Amino acid sequence: MKTKSRIMRLLIKASAFITFAALFFIIAYIIINGMPNLKPSLFALEYTTTNVSMFPSIINTILLVLLTLIIATPIGVFTGFYLVEYAKRGNKLVEVIRITTETLSGIPSIVYGLFGMLFFVYRLEFSYSLLAGTLTAAIMVLPVIIRSTEEALMAVDDSLREASLGLGAGKLRTIFRVVLPVAMPGILSGIILSIGRIVGETAALMYTLGTATKMINGFFSSGRTLSLHMYVLSSEGLFVKEAYATGVILLLIVLLINGLSTYLSNKLTKGRLD
Amino acid sequence: MDKIVIRNLDLYYDDLHALKNINMDIKEKEITAFIGPSGCGKSSLLKSINRMNDLVEGCRITGEILLDGKNIFDNDVDVNVLRKRIGMVFQKPNPFPMSIYDNIAYGPRTHGIKNKAALDEIVEKSLRGAAIWDEVKDDLKKNALRLSGGQQQRICIARALAVEPEVLLMDEPTSALDPISTAKIEELIQQLKDKYTIIIVTHNMQQATRVSDKTAFFLTGEVVEFDETKKLFSVPKDKRTEDYITGRFG
Amino acid sequence: MKKISFEGFMKGVFMLCATTSILAIILICYFIFSGGVPFIMEYGLKEFLLGTSWRPSNTPPAFGILPMIFGSLVMTLVAVVLGVPIGVLTATYLAKFCDKRLYKILKPCINLMAGIPSIVYGFFALVVIVPLMKDVFGGTGMNIITASILLAIMILPTIIGLSESSIKSVPNSYYEGSIGLGASHERAVMTVVLPAAKSGIISSIILGVGRAIGETMAVILVAGNQPRIPNSLTKGVRTLTTNIVLEMAYAADAHREALIATAVVLFVFILLINAIFLIVKRRTLN
Repeated sequence: MKTKSRIMRLLIKASAFITFAALFFIIAYIIINGMPNLKPSLFALEYTTTNVSMFPSIINTILLVLLTLIIATPIGVFTGFYLVEYAKRGNKLVEVIRITTETLSGIPSIVYGLFGMLFFVYRLEFSYSLLAGTLTAAIMVLPVIIRSTEEALMAVDDSLREASLGLGAGKLRTIFRVVLPVAMPGILSGIILSIGRIVGETAALMYTLGTATKMINGFFSSGRTLSLHMYVLSSEGLFVKEAYATGVILLLIVLLINGLSTYLSNKLTKGRLD
Repeated sequence: MDKIVIRNLDLYYDDLHALKNINMDIKEKEITAFIGPSGCGKSSLLKSINRMNDLVEGCRITGEILLDGKNIFDNDVDVNVLRKRIGMVFQKPNPFPMSIYDNIAYGPRTHGIKNKAALDEIVEKSLRGAAIWDEVKDDLKKNALRLSGGQQQRICIARALAVEPEVLLMDEPTSALDPISTAKIEELIQQLKDKYTIIIVTHNMQQATRVSDKTAFFLTGEVVEFDETKKLFSVPKDKRTEDYITGRFG
Repeated sequence: MKKISFEGFMKGVFMLCATTSILAIILICYFIFSGGVPFIMEYGLKEFLLGTSWRPSNTPPAFGILPMIFGSLVMTLVAVVLGVPIGVLTATYLAKFCDKRLYKILKPCINLMAGIPSIVYGFFALVVIVPLMKDVFGGTGMNIITASILLAIMILPTIIGLSESSIKSVPNSYYEGSIGLGASHERAVMTVVLPAAKSGIISSIILGVGRAIGETMAVILVAGNQPRIPNSLTKGVRTLTTNIVLEMAYAADAHREALIATAVVLFVFILLINAIFLIVKRRTLN
């Protein structure tokens, strides 16, 4: 009996050790091997085949993230408003939207990429462009934003809504002035998660945003993001050092994003007693 | 003069018949207490008076509630204006997670008052009205959630007063508070009587005898007895009222 | 009156936004299916799904995707065999064995793990696991085992996240009941708590399978990508996802349609997995 328990405990601890050791090893390996490769020439304004600068990709990534959020955030947050604040219980539309959101979040990025290519790039004739990439990415992150908004709104105490309505405030004022500020950290952490998703995305962007090396200069201009840049570098096999360096920058961005989101969700769970 | 007249009111939650044929006249500037065991319908009636029950799905009401002679369920009644005229204080103190000042100014701002001086004046007046001005006047920017439970409840009362209501509905306003805070709120209710018509739902019969002029006793969705508080507690007409106030059930 | 109509207007706006995701899924289904199904009809469903040869540039070309279906399934299966026990036990550790202070550090680590881009995982596997495999098994080091180890790591956060929350939501009274009968902590957790969290754990595995089948960019770097049915786990393999990415750039006409048709097959797999997930989840709620 006792030995069985002991073995079990050992297995559980060993599993946890493997998980976290793998994570730390991956991060440490990339950062330790990548740091020495961070040369100033990698941040040159212009990409050339000799400097393989990642600077244009960084700017492109920022552009893509901003534009995607501008489109996806209002739609996602407003969907959350509808689901939590307006829809009546047993509403069929809500049921359908829940299933759709779940399904959307399970679709692999390559399918999104192919859809974006068929619809935005060819049917709407956007060609490989910022616009096609943005719209594809926006659909991808929509479920993340909807879900986090929904959860954040549901966590808001109903008595606050009642108090506001009881003072004669309308529904909109109640939502925007009372409910939204309280739910903000939760919604923000969803938005930050979406940023991480967009920054890390490759398969969905390859055939929508394209992989041009220059800096994007318009909605119909193609370019590559940092992740795509890293993919191209590592699949060609010629620029392993540069791929390491790109990996370091990507990891730093992801660490920053996750730190922020953890901070915000802690703030949310601590609740309104602050 | 009758401020609120309730006529043949029936209320259903889906199939549950929660209030049965309620008739009641409530006089201006009197304090009316609703008492009765849990689930007897007293809170439901309270929430019908400012139509907070509109928010409850499956809730259906027939009959009339007249406010100054006008039926509040009429189609041309703006529910937001109605709720401005009939303020509400909830069981659990529920200040908004913002500063004391913004809490009080929320209502007036909702109804279009933007002028800073005017808002300052309303905030001070309301806080004085709720007997909490002296405790918070130096800290108006402080988050209202940092206050004690009793202070929070008085902030909520001040917030309700800030829109200059004619009627105040209080849903067990002291049930979440300690005895000292409760005493303060009860004292405050007595002072507010000069200006407002007050209806208070309470579980606490002593509280009803201390603060109210009239008392209605509810049981399973009906008003069993509605009379002057003194009479109802000393010589109840109905056997069930007597059983309840002497603690034989509930 | 004006104010009321503005409220109504905004409600309409919110509702419109809410229908966006429905519109999106309809569009996605329409474009993927209409792009691929006609090709499958023309080429023949059986030949397409069961054909073992993928030779898009031959005359006449051959578009059999059985090797890719096989590749995706085998790789996912091995990844699940490796990843699920570790994932579930790690979740158990987080939920029942780890003290609060440590938990506060470890839990964000799981989220971090989920947030690391696939390309970084893929690159790591390329520079670390591939050379290791080369030393052990010879060849290029790009094979099913390499890709499966990589996928096993990548699906860990999915499995851990969902399993942990379902273990945590098991009422404490179950655990106490078992302890009260004299069971050890480990025994109570393994024989009472985990079985009670069974359906949540199963959902987490289903989601993990979905993630593994759908993964593309990490696998492409380390799987070898040969479009043939391998006879050993140390041979290279191509998956449905990588087939699309590898050839889309230069494909035209029937070849392109065949790639979209590959996506149709992948999409149907994913929709099935999603449906199973939703059913299991609903059963848990009831």
